[in-house]
Order: sequence, then C-alpha cells, then structure tokens
Amino acid sequence: MSEQIRTHAIDMSSVIRNKGTQDESNETCLKVENLNLFYGEKQALHGINMEMPKKKVTAFIGPSGCGKSTLLRCINRMNDLVDSARIEGKILLDGENIYDKSVNVAALRRRVGMVFQKPNPFPKSIFENVAYGLRIQGINDKQVLEETVENSLRGAALWDEMKDRLNDNALGMSGGQQQRLVIARAIAIEPEVLLLDEPASALDPISTLKIEELINELKEKYTIVIVTHNMQQAARVSDYTAFMYMGDLIEMGTTSELFTNPVKKQTEDYITGRYG
Amino acid sequence: MIKTWFKSGTPWIWLNAAAVSVCMLMVVGILGLVTARGIGHFWPSQVVKFLYQEENKPERVIIGEKVDTSITPAAMAKSTGHKMADNEDTLVQYLVKVGNRDITGTDFMWIEERNVKEQTEPDDLIVVERREWGNFYGHLVEVKESGQVLASGADAMPVLQAKLQEASDLFKEIAHLEKKEIGAINYGLEKLRLKQRKLELENRFDDAAKQSIADDKAAYDVSYKAYQVTLADLYQRIRKASLVAETENGTQVKISLAKIVRVYQPNSMSVFAKMKHYVVKVIEFLTDDPREANTEGGIFPAIFGTVLMVMMMSVIVTPFGVIAAVYLREYAKQGFVTRLIRIAVNNLAGVPSVVYGVFGLGFFVYILGGNIDRLFFPESLPAPVYGTPGLLWASITLALLTLPVVIVSTEEGLARIPSSIREGSLALGATKLETLWLTVLPMASPAMMTGLILAVARAAGEVAPLMLVGVVKLAPTLPLDGNFPFLHLDRKFMHLGFHIYDVGFQSPNVEAARPLVYATALLLVLVIVGLNLAAIVIRNNLREKYRALEG
Repeated sequence: MSEQIRTHAIDMSSVIRNKGTQDESNETCLKVENLNLFYGEKQALHGINMEMPKKKVTAFIGPSGCGKSTLLRCINRMNDLVDSARIEGKILLDGENIYDKSVNVAALRRRVGMVFQKPNPFPKSIFENVAYGLRIQGINDKQVLEETVENSLRGAALWDEMKDRLNDNALGMSGGQQQRLVIARAIAIEPEVLLLDEPASALDPISTLKIEELINELKEKYTIVIVTHNMQQAARVSDYTAFMYMGDLIEMGTTSELFTNPVKKQTEDYITGRYG
Repeated sequence: MIKTWFKSGTPWIWLNAAAVSVCMLMVVGILGLVTARGIGHFWPSQVVKFLYQEENKPERVIIGEKVDTSITPAAMAKSTGHKMADNEDTLVQYLVKVGNRDITGTDFMWIEERNVKEQTEPDDLIVVERREWGNFYGHLVEVKESGQVLASGADAMPVLQAKLQEASDLFKEIAHLEKKEIGAINYGLEKLRLKQRKLELENRFDDAAKQSIADDKAAYDVSYKAYQVTLADLYQRIRKASLVAETENGTQVKISLAKIVRVYQPNSMSVFAKMKHYVVKVIEFLTDDPREANTEGGIFPAIFGTVLMVMMMSVIVTPFGVIAAVYLREYAKQGFVTRLIRIAVNNLAGVPSVVYGVFGLGFFVYILGGNIDRLFFPESLPAPVYGTPGLLWASITLALLTLPVVIVSTEEGLARIPSSIREGSLALGATKLETLWLTVLPMASPAMMTGLILAVARAAGEVAPLMLVGVVKLAPTLPLDGNFPFLHLDRKFMHLGFHIYDVGFQSPNVEAARPLVYATALLLVLVIVGLNLAAIVIRNNLREKYRALEG
C-alpha cells in the first residue's frame, strides 16, 4: 500500500491543478522541493513538492501522524530543535532556500511566524507578550511598542476586549483569547508567512469561529499555512488544500476542487470519511 | 474477622497516622524542650536563704537561687556514700546557685533537704550581676563615693540604682571610645605599617613617602592622645562609686560600680517588674557581646556571624549552581557523560560535611589563600591575611557543600518548563540565549529559590566544617564595621552552632552555661526559620507570578 502511495508521490507537482493561474495573483511565496525528513532511521516525509501562493490560505489535511505538522514545522525550521531530525531537499521562501547554510534561523523565524496547537502565552502581562518579539529585536521605544501592540491586538480582534487590561497577566485570559493573543504576538513582528498548527483544536466552537474569521482577515496581509484536523474548517478558511497521508503528499489543489472533485481515490475516501 | 479488618485497609491507615504522629511528637518535643529551657533562663528567680546544718557541724547560712532538685532512692544514695536513716526512702538534694565565686571559689553547690533547718525569702536580699566573677548574692550595706558614704541601710537601694545608671552610661561611653574610635585608629596604624612595608619591599620608600607616612602617623598619634586623656578622665569618674555588701557569713565586700551590670532584689519584685527585667535580659542576650568565657552576656556576634555567613554563601552558591544546572540541562548533550556528572553531583550531597571542612582548609585556606597572600599581600607576611581561616573561606566551603541541592532543584525546575513556551519564544525569532534569559530562567526562578531554601537550611545548621575554616570561640571584631572596606572577608567570625558547642562542652562553668545552651539553640532554630521564611515568601511571590507551569 505505502509503496503504491510513494509512486503517486513521485511527481506531485503535476497533480497540483492550480486554479489560481487564471486568478489575478498567484505569486509563489513558498516552494517545497523534494523534501525528505528523517527522525533517526525512520523517514517521516517522502519527497514532498508543493507551492504555496502569496496571501492565500493553504490548508494541510490528513489523518493523525501523516506528517502535516512535521511539514509545517519545516517551514520555520522548528525541526532543528529535534536532535534526531535530518532534512534533505529545499524549501524556498521568495526564491531563497531556507536550509542554506548562510541563513540566520532567528531572522528566518521573524519572517515566518508560528502559532501552536495549545495557546502558549508567556507568564507576563498582555502588553509584554505582544511586545516580546520587538524587544528581542532591541526595540524599546515606548511609543513604537504601544503602537505596535495596539495594531497587533486590533489585527487579532482582541483590542476592544483587552485595551483596559494590558497590564494583566496573560494567563488570566480564556483559552480563545489566549490563542488570539498568541496570533497578535506573532503578527506584531510583521512576518511574511504565518504558520498555524491546528490553532483551534483546543478551543470551544465560538472561539473557533472567531479564529476562523480572523484567518479570513489576516490573509489580506499574510501568506497563511494552516494544519487542521477538521475538514469543514479547511473547507471554510482555505483557498488551497493539500491532503497528506503517511508522509506523502497525495493531492493538492484549490479547496473547492479538492473537496468536490478529488483526483485520487485516497483523497475521496478521506474527505468522505471512509478512513482516517 | 481479623482478615476482613486487615483487608479493609484500616490498620494501614492507622500505621500511617502513627508514623505522622511520631514525627510530630518528635518535632514538638525538640522545640518544646528547647523553648521551655531556653526562655525560662532570663526570668528572675527567687533568692532563698537556707539555715543549713550538716551532721556534727555548726549551723550556717546559705544564700542562693534554687536551680535544680534531684531525688535519689535510698539504696542508691547509700552506695554513693550518703548516710541514710532507716525511715528515709529517698534523698532529696537541691542544686543552689550561691554565686560569690571570688570568695568561695565555686558558684554552685548541692545541699541536702534533710539538713535544711529553715528556708526564707527575705525581701532585702540583692543579686549583683557583675562583669567579672559571676553573680553576687547578699545584703546591701552602703553605697560609697570617693570614700564618703552616700547612703546606707534601707535608703541605699534607690541611691545605688541612680549611681549605677551613671556608671553604666560612663561604661557605654568608654566602650564606644575603646572599640570604635581607638579601634579605628589602630586599624589605620596597621594599614600604615603595611603600606610602609609594601613600599620598602618595592624599594620605593623614598623621602616623600617617608614624610607622608610620618605625617599620617603623627595625625593618628594626636587624636589617640586626645582619646587617652578623655578615657583616663572617664575611668577616674567610673571608679569613684562602689557598694559595700555583706555575704551570708557576714564578710563585707566592696564592689566597684564600674564592674556591675545591674543590681536587683528579686524577692521584692512584682510580676510586672520581673517581666520588665526579663525583657531587658532578653534584649541584652540578643544585642550584647558575650562575657565571662561566653557564659554571660549576649550572643550578638554569633547571630551576626551566622546570618552574614549564610547570606554570603547564598550569594556564592546561587549563581554557581544555576549556571551549572543550565549547562547540564540546556546545552550539554544528554548522554552517558551527563548522566555520570548528575550521579556525581547527587552523591556530593551525601559527603559528610567535615570532609568539606578538611577540603576547605587544605585547598581554599592553605593553597588558594596562601597564594593570594604571596601575590597580593606580601607586606603583611609572615602574618597571613587570606591564608588563614576566615569568613570568605567558610562561605565558599559551605557554598560547595550546598551546591548539589541548588543544581538538582534548578535542573528540575528547568525540566518542568513546557517545551511549548520555549518554542513560542523561538518562533518569534528569539535565539536560544534570549529564550533562556527572557522566559525560561524567570519561570524556573521558583525552583532556584527552592534549592536556595534547602541550601540555607543545611548551611545555617552546619558546624563541623566551619570549625576548620573560620569560626572561632570569640571574635574580637565583627566582619562588618565602619572601617574601609567595611566587609572584612578575611576575618574570623562567631557562629551560633559553634557557640552552642563551645558554651555547652568547652565552658569552665558547666552549670551556668547549660541554660544558655538551650537559649542559643532556640535562637539558632529561630534564625534558620527566619531565613527560610524570607526565602519562602520570595519563592511564593515568584510562583504566583509564573503560575503557567501548573496550569
């Protein structure tokens, strides 16, 4: 079975039926070229090739353990933290290989922000959470910080709720608010790409809805890559969807076509709920 | 029946509860004993006049405080050489503090209850607390000044108290002059001597230097002479007044007021007056220097030394332990070697403390200190500066002793910080170092404080290593004073734990010292509790701030 999948994966770029070609903008932001990832002896990603267009939302779907989070974490080199991880291939961000030796990882992560599954605010005030990324860059001017914090919180639809509580500890917020705070923290340093790793999976339905609305607003400014378990969510928020299975990219296309008219049998089985 | 009872788990619960109860009893017992014996010492006890007649000896009077009672069974009393009548079942003996060591040679004696003809507590008996020779018990006869009798009989007491107040003010003035002012001059002269020696060693002792040192010396001499004159005058004034008192057997004794701390009549004191006396004595105990081979007076230098040493130790051990733990947990490759290091660190905590003392003496004091002296203080050789036990070496030795607990707790704290927090910081473009400084270390700070609390608890109670690396029975000067550079790390210091040992086991006057052992032990416990409470309050504040971990 997995052999069969691998043969499918060999030339996945041909599978991508990019409807965006006819659209106004389809500038490629991220390009993954023949990416292999190993955890020790075990291979977790098999020759992934894909392109993610600028200022669009790309969703990764697939069953648990299919490698979608691993792939996401490759985009800002989070996998560098795993000692046993080894990566082959290239990821191009605006044409530059982020795995090139000359790349400064910290600078890369400033360009590629990330939001995790579980909200992880720092045990500091709301203000300091949002200002964290700026302070790291050595920006301590009070006026600049205040402006950026306000804009970021507005951007994350949190300003009206939180403007009087900026000095409260962030840990006192609800889960949904925390997740939006983390998004505000990520956009405060104005990244080009925003990676969202199941951002709503730990939240209640109302908070989830707010996050989804937020994603719709954010895509005007950022290229967004989202990993999700929830196919309805992928259908609601994304422009492009990639289906992954067992470390292979099975199929990628515009969301409407992938969900209504999948090319591969596996994709169809998965989105119709036959397995996964 | 029994079987179901066993199965129900009830016996197990009882066993658990019993273990907890035994622990509680032991703790309460220790604290209770120390507290009861320690705090009773300062209460003025009644002075008893015994009419005492031993077999075939003339009747005599004994005046003193009843300190202890011992009851011996007749058989045992006979075997130790006491003659017992047939109708006597027990031999009751009193331990009486009779004082007057200068006259009788001993200030405690055992008397037998059966020989006591009469016991009274006359109001006019006085207790004279002296700066030398211990207490005096007797009757006040008169108060004298420059050979003139000022008052005698019943009027003598108020006059005496007034004169005593004057004398004690003078005494304070003298002590201040001798210790602070003349002490500073001596310190300055010693510094000058060392400066001159240094210049000589470097062959730079030319005329200009000679002149400048001679000038400084002359300035010191002038002020020293001025102080001498004042002192001589003060001494003359303080020596003028004296009291005459009568001992139990009628001997008249003249005691100069300069040598008296206080005079009181416990038998005529009201409860309120006794309470006041008690408070004054406790304050004296906490704030004064020791007298009479540490068996009288206060223990302030020991409290000060203990606290200062523990603080110095904390200042040394915390950064060291934290840095080591950060390397072990955050940077070192986790593998065989790191595991070996961890095991070694954990085992270091189990090494007997006296071994650390020996190491401290051999390495820090002799090798490190000796070389520091040779390199930086050649002028004072052969007298050592750092090549001898002192506060610095004691603090470092204890820091070494407590290093393992700080490392272990900090490591645990670092391990408990969720990786999501680290990733969150890294994802914002922070480097590993920035992540460590801005989020990880602040969040691990409660764990560091826990390590510090354990370290303080262990260090404050440690005595054995200190005896080798810096603690002394009596330190003439505090390690912190008004002479530049204020904190004298090379000085020897006093310590409560060692003080207990010294007073209890090295004292020439065991009976007098025993209550002080308890009082000092109580104080040591209180100091440790106080230091720990301070650290715990800080930790709880930090915990409140970084609550994220628990959630």
